[in-house]
Amino acid sequence: MTESETGTGAMLRDLRDVWRIRLLEEKVRDLRLGGDIVGSVHLCIGQEAGPVGACSVLEPADALFATYRGHGWALARGVPAAAILAELLGRATGVNGGRGGSAHFTAPEYGFHGENSIVGAGAPLALGAALAGRFDGTGRVALCVFGDGAMNQGAVHESMNFAAAFDLPVVFVCENNEYSELTPIRDMVRNDVLADRARAYGMLGERIDGNDPAVVRDRVGDAVQSAREGGGPVLLELMTARLVGHYIGDAEQYRQPGELERLAENEPVTRLQAALRAAAVPESDIAAAHDDAAHEIEAAAREAAAAPLADAEAVRRHVHA
Amino acid sequence: MPETRKLSYGEAANAALRRALEERPEVLLYGEDVGVPGGVFGVSKGLRKQFGDRVFDTPISESAILGSAVGAAMFGRRPVVEIMWTDFFLVALDQVVNQAANVRYVSEGRLTAPLTIRTQQGTAPGSCAQHSQSLEAFFLHTPGIRVCMPVTAQDAYDLLLSAIGCDDPVVVIENRTLYHGAKQEVSLGGPVAPIGGLRTRRTGTTATVVTWGALSLQTVAAAETLAQEGHDVEVLETPWLDPFPWDEVLASVARTGRLVVAHEANRTGGFGAEVLARVAEAGIALAAPPRRVAVPDLRLPAAPGLAAAVVPGADQIAAAVRQLVAAG
Repeated sequence: MTESETGTGAMLRDLRDVWRIRLLEEKVRDLRLGGDIVGSVHLCIGQEAGPVGACSVLEPADALFATYRGHGWALARGVPAAAILAELLGRATGVNGGRGGSAHFTAPEYGFHGENSIVGAGAPLALGAALAGRFDGTGRVALCVFGDGAMNQGAVHESMNFAAAFDLPVVFVCENNEYSELTPIRDMVRNDVLADRARAYGMLGERIDGNDPAVVRDRVGDAVQSAREGGGPVLLELMTARLVGHYIGDAEQYRQPGELERLAENEPVTRLQAALRAAAVPESDIAAAHDDAAHEIEAAAREAAAAPLADAEAVRRHVHA
Repeated sequence: MPETRKLSYGEAANAALRRALEERPEVLLYGEDVGVPGGVFGVSKGLRKQFGDRVFDTPISESAILGSAVGAAMFGRRPVVEIMWTDFFLVALDQVVNQAANVRYVSEGRLTAPLTIRTQQGTAPGSCAQHSQSLEAFFLHTPGIRVCMPVTAQDAYDLLLSAIGCDDPVVVIENRTLYHGAKQEVSLGGPVAPIGGLRTRRTGTTATVVTWGALSLQTVAAAETLAQEGHDVEVLETPWLDPFPWDEVLASVARTGRLVVAHEANRTGGFGAEVLARVAEAGIALAAPPRRVAVPDLRLPAAPGLAAAVVPGADQIAAAVRQLVAAG
């Protein structure tokens, strides 16, 4: 491997990609608080390492199903920031022309098969993407993302069993941020190691550090390869934390004193920067990772804001074939 | 080349599935007991043997069945899945209403979900309240989902093929009391029609009766009785409920000036209410207030004697028409 694929080169790239998501989400937050974006918005600030690591090992033909906390997954999969922001702003140039909004947009042309506003509902869809791949010759892997709360949804249980029973190439990625919306997951289960459930379905399961893009890349990479080679589904539990509310406006009364300060020490930007400094990477390179991302997001925000509003004349189209 | 064969309703559905699997390599057929057992009503009999892995059994997991079909349809397959009883839809409606119905609309047509969901419903002696419901209105209240209810063996063949050929999600609601009925002449192998349309079972001028599902047969029987009494009833049977033949129905009601809608679903919120509402909105002058013949708003009892007291039949339909005629 070359320096750019491993070591500090990879870390710098990961830092830039984490910043892209972080700054996109901060831009979304500003626009929501300013009233330009309306409606429910769920940010993934603090959880950026998952999408950055996982999307880097997917092939273009693979499928990705995300959740309403999906802006970061879309961006990491290659959906342009301007198209995401325009979607949230209800613009004609939005990735779905304003039909999806923050929580339910889809961009199949980028291999992003949609957010989902129903907890756990993407898992059955992912089965179908994998099933289709068995017949269409692509051998497509479906990566299905959901949170810890979704582990208590019947549809997710059905999907894990269905995928395991038929050896379907589905990688289930559970982003465990320790809160099922506003409620601690540990209070809603007896065994809070969610990856343990995989064994009951007869598949591999592993709890991993979800705040390190390199770890995510490595473990998701193995899971994707195994699934692609016929090894069946895998469950990965990415331990992470969101540094913001479940939605914008969440009072976060469930937080313990000092919790956010503790989480801040372990969030991806802090960790990557510390690792880069420990490796004696110049400050200018570390700053450039941020600045490149900031430049991209600022330009995207300007482009989105300048776009025309979605055309209400077209609102009745595409209900049926 | 089209050929005619004598088939039961269930056998005709089987013939449609066989043809779809033969003609369209992208068709997959699966559901609970659909593969090796050939379906609890025998509708998919022999297809696993003929088509192998494209026909398979699944766990008892309706969300996984429906959701995987939506996902596979998004990726170019044309799945035909079975929900064994319409009542079982209710554990997995999310995948129909929140998922399948939104695929095309939200993606502005860049993704589609051409899946067909076969199910069966209706009342039958001894069936409990969780195996007797008529739930077509749930799907008709969901824009984006197409709905049909085959009545004849020819319907069972034609409508299923039209559904499979349709690029929208379609719910095909069969009726288990019809599966093993008398064999009928069925024309096989002809061109597959687009979805939609209606069947005028009988023309008449006294009143229009609009009906679908198993009550169609009761309505035809009622119309024959009424004809002997000198009441010439127009019977419009609508195997396709979405798209619904509004123009034809409204034109008929405008001609006859009297309307009865007969269905096996509960009265409140049933699709009959929508038919009456559209007639009212169209400003059609009626000689008498329109009537619905439906199951009253209660749960369905299992005992045959109890069910018979609340499930309408030809007598109730005929009585409704007589009341309209008497009223004006």
